[in-house]
Amino acid sequence: MPVITYREAVRHALAEELERDPNVVVMGEEVAQFNGAYKVTEGLLARFGPKRIVDTPISEAGFIGMGVGASMLGVRPVMELMFWSFYSVAFDQILNNAANVRYMSGGQINVPIVIRGPANGGTNVGATHSHTPENVLANHPGVKVVVPATPYDAKGLLKSAIRDNDPVMFLENTMLYGDKGEVPEEEYLIPLGKADVKRQGTDLTIVSYGRAAIHSLKAAEELQSQHGLSVEVVDLRSIRPLDIDTVLASVRRTHRLLIVEEQKPFCSVGSQIAFMVQKEAFDELDAPINRLATIDAPAIYSPPVEVEQLPNPARIVKAALATR
Amino acid sequence: MSKKTTAEADKKPENTATGESSVNAPINASLNAEGRIELYRKMVRIRRFEERSLRAYQAKKIGGFLHLYIGQEAVAVGCCSLMGPDDHVITAYRDHGHAIAVGMDTKPLMAELFGKVTGCSKGKGGSMHYFDPSRNYWGGHGIVGGQIPLGTGLAYAIKYQGKKGAAMAFMGDGAVNQGAVHEAFNLAALWDLPCIFVIENNRYSMGTSQRRSSAGTSLAQRAEAYGMAWATCNGHDVYDVRATMDRFLTAARENSKPGVVEIDTYRYRGHSVADPDKTYRTRDEIEDYQRTKDPITLFQQTLLKEGVLNQELIEKIDGEARAEADQAADFAEASPFPTPEDIQKDVYWEADNPEQRKSEGRLFFE
Repeated sequence: MPVITYREAVRHALAEELERDPNVVVMGEEVAQFNGAYKVTEGLLARFGPKRIVDTPISEAGFIGMGVGASMLGVRPVMELMFWSFYSVAFDQILNNAANVRYMSGGQINVPIVIRGPANGGTNVGATHSHTPENVLANHPGVKVVVPATPYDAKGLLKSAIRDNDPVMFLENTMLYGDKGEVPEEEYLIPLGKADVKRQGTDLTIVSYGRAAIHSLKAAEELQSQHGLSVEVVDLRSIRPLDIDTVLASVRRTHRLLIVEEQKPFCSVGSQIAFMVQKEAFDELDAPINRLATIDAPAIYSPPVEVEQLPNPARIVKAALATR
Repeated sequence: MSKKTTAEADKKPENTATGESSVNAPINASLNAEGRIELYRKMVRIRRFEERSLRAYQAKKIGGFLHLYIGQEAVAVGCCSLMGPDDHVITAYRDHGHAIAVGMDTKPLMAELFGKVTGCSKGKGGSMHYFDPSRNYWGGHGIVGGQIPLGTGLAYAIKYQGKKGAAMAFMGDGAVNQGAVHEAFNLAALWDLPCIFVIENNRYSMGTSQRRSSAGTSLAQRAEAYGMAWATCNGHDVYDVRATMDRFLTAARENSKPGVVEIDTYRYRGHSVADPDKTYRTRDEIEDYQRTKDPITLFQQTLLKEGVLNQELIEKIDGEARAEADQAADFAEASPFPTPEDIQKDVYWEADNPEQRKSEGRLFFE
């Protein structure tokens, strides 16, 4: 099976869907002539031309809103935010318009738009460029939220997102763009809302997503080799819809749950998971649900300290050992 | 494209009859008697609908806000009367007039105000959120200026799909100071999108006059910064609205050119019916507009002069419009409310189309 990067996997998904459906357009800042700020869209302009691959001005409210409007008439825009952090500039367009138009019209309209880009810390770009808004987005009924961790998941989920008739927020990670993984040559789709057990174990369940899931897998290795702890790692992949059943099934096997997320803790995705697990599997728990999140402050610039602000394998190991 | 500059902000109302040039514009000259009467009838129907909805609001049949279109009827009717099959409309929260102008039935419109399941949005949108995609009417949006990027997107889709159409994106005079509006102006001009930005200048953004909210003397003139054509026109004169908009719509449909049209108009009622309307304008000013610039009265006089209308027909049209509004209110009153089970419908396309659902997992949460 070919081994490609996360970046290439996203690009291949875009190219395949552009090829398949003439309504798909890719838009965003620097996506065309510049070949993408993170080179995700490299080569797409040359292959698909300027009608399909469109450079926008730095104007997130304008071009995201424009994409929402175009999608109401059947265009299927895949909009790149150079950083998801810039969603706040387009908040009204995403969370009032894309999220609500279907509801406010009594179901007469649907908005088949994908908004994608990286949402992560760890690159020493400070508080304005390090937001992870999956919890904020998922708090709005009407949108779907996907956070893939691996090249395989990124490709299969993005293709499903582009074919989805609801607005899908697709959160990538600049720290993962260079990660490599096996991706089949033949076409495949991964349904939104299906978690993936990325490592099986018996003593503790770690529920995570995005880069935090990759860190959790590393931590699980150390927990096994250094501490003899058998850890199951459930990668949610999709925040909304949410595959809580896979989480519950895992908790019923291990009876301990640690949630690991690159998220500020207050009203995070993990808060929702913890609520659901205690509600539906209280008697299965042998210990309080534990959580490891980003340390609760704006993203610090200082490079060595930012590593400690975010979940990392060492912090996860410590949290796992404390989940008992 | 001719350009007129707007007169000084906060100008005093002046008496205007239908301008000769507008009457003779081909788009108006080509109207037969029934076409002219239909314009008049729609304006009257909007007014009677709005008056009836106000009474329903006062009787506590309607919740939330109610932004009435009374006084502005010639704008929506004039603009929407020009729509072809690939022309689209989007507007803000003062959206009842446009809904009737594009041909929506007033029964579901009134039922929506009453919060009934028979409403045009099943009671989920309310006064500010009317939609009818089957009539190319895309709302009905509550956030000032927020609909303008969407309208630009409609124009983008029209062009992308190779259609000969245009999007009319309506906004009030208050919206021109929102950033999203200027971003949309830039995109439409940059990419030659067939979008006409229609500023319905009723002189007050809520309770703040144009002079107190907007720098410069002309709102439409801001188009020049983006290299877009612009014009102003007299929104008390349905012929002038049509003549001006026809030029812009033609440029949009034929050459994919955007433009900005500022239409002078006036609302007789407060910003919403919750607005006591006593702090920012005088009773004299309102009465002056009603006496000298009422779009229905002026058009009635024009059509009487043209011999198209007579007193009998005027009374018949008015009686029918009143009866229609009453019937709409009766229909709304008699209709059921949505049920609590309806709350989570129409949120996701996939949830509403379970047989075609591809995703898994939970979409809704406790």
